[in-house]
Amino acid sequence: MNYLSYLFDATHWSGSQGIPQRLVEHLGYTALTMIIALVIGVPLGAWIGHTGRGGFLAVGLANGLRALPTLGLLILLVTLIGLGITGPLIALVILAVPPILAGTYAGVRNVDTAIVDAARGMGMRGREILFQVELPNALPLIIGGVRSSVLQVISTATIAAYVALGGLGRFIIDGLAIRDFPQMVAGSVLVALLAIVADLLLAGLQQLLVSPGLQVAPAAGRRRLRAVPDSRPAAQAA
Amino acid sequence: MTWVLGNLPLIGSLTLQHLVFALIPVVIGLVLAIPLGWLANRTSFGRTVTINVSGLLYTIPSLAIFVLLPAILGTQILDPVNIVVALSVYTLALLVRTVADALSAVPPIVVNSATAMGYKPVRRFLAVELPLSVPVVLAGVRVATVSSISLVTVGATVGFGGLGKMFTDGFQRGITEEVVAGIVVVLVLALVIDGLLLALGRAITPWDRITAAAGRTR
Repeated sequence: MNYLSYLFDATHWSGSQGIPQRLVEHLGYTALTMIIALVIGVPLGAWIGHTGRGGFLAVGLANGLRALPTLGLLILLVTLIGLGITGPLIALVILAVPPILAGTYAGVRNVDTAIVDAARGMGMRGREILFQVELPNALPLIIGGVRSSVLQVISTATIAAYVALGGLGRFIIDGLAIRDFPQMVAGSVLVALLAIVADLLLAGLQQLLVSPGLQVAPAAGRRRLRAVPDSRPAAQAA
Repeated sequence: MTWVLGNLPLIGSLTLQHLVFALIPVVIGLVLAIPLGWLANRTSFGRTVTINVSGLLYTIPSLAIFVLLPAILGTQILDPVNIVVALSVYTLALLVRTVADALSAVPPIVVNSATAMGYKPVRRFLAVELPLSVPVVLAGVRVATVSSISLVTVGATVGFGGLGKMFTDGFQRGITEEVVAGIVVVLVLALVIDGLLLALGRAITPWDRITAAAGRTR
């Protein structure tokens, strides 16, 4: 159990390089990235799904993202822009947008046409249909996209410690530099826990936000999603 | 292009190393996923366990797994075994579900016909159910392979080889060209292997083309 010595040493739980500080940094990068990514991804995905224009873009981006090496992207942006938060932040946003975009697009696109027709028959206009019918119905897939996006960002923010960013990845990179393996283990355990907790919280949020009518309905009755990538695997592109 | 042209042998050897690190785990993961996916498909309890455990494993960031494995396996930090095991775990987590889904999508009428023709469970699985699930499984294998090729690069931050070395080396020595070349090589590699898998899938499921052609002429 001596691998965990760093984690359970009280002196590492305070100060500017302590675990709470690094955790706050990690959460900060993740939150900032997700806000920017949501502002870009959800409206764009909803527009593409609503109008049906540019669907190949949403699907293609999410698929292509899997092959893109995140470390290479991070390092390239840092070499071009310089050390600091801007380069890594741009890289994180680039990685966070496609799953949200694909999830929103797929969600809106796959809303049962009968429901949309019914809404139109009741006299709803395009905007009302989008906000009151399509988006609420698309929520499970949108949150699915957000979940894989968050995992991707938490994972990549860890790697960003290599390009001198803070966060929990620092323990891994700094620990390696001084051959302090317990410190590396501490960073890894914390980041793994963070990812799991974040995913569970979002799963809980999904239960809260998604209309009960959509949660009870068996998937078998709905149209099968085709040409839409399973957003989960993209999470592991880091 | 000067850096690339001057370092072609290096790029070649890193690519080869990268391929070994990326593809061995896919093979191991697939070989383990078939029996486990079969089990998961047979019982609802197995299915629940499989889906939850694989989801959990998939959640853990790759760098964390690379570091935690030596503590669990008792290997050295830079032992290539760590990277192979880590990526095998990811592939397995992804493919167990795919295999279970693919098997459950085999039409029951086909399975029943095979039974009626005297196929015993093992032979029926190998000769009927498994071949028919190839298209779905292959789609999963393609995703796993492309992710695996991209994920190997992360290992470079803690000193593993492969094409990720071009990122860390280019960063430390300030050679942007090396970083860009690394990204391009990884993308091309992923694209080429993906294409090869697609071709392989076509080759081992000749009946798919025949049924598709029959569907058209009818």
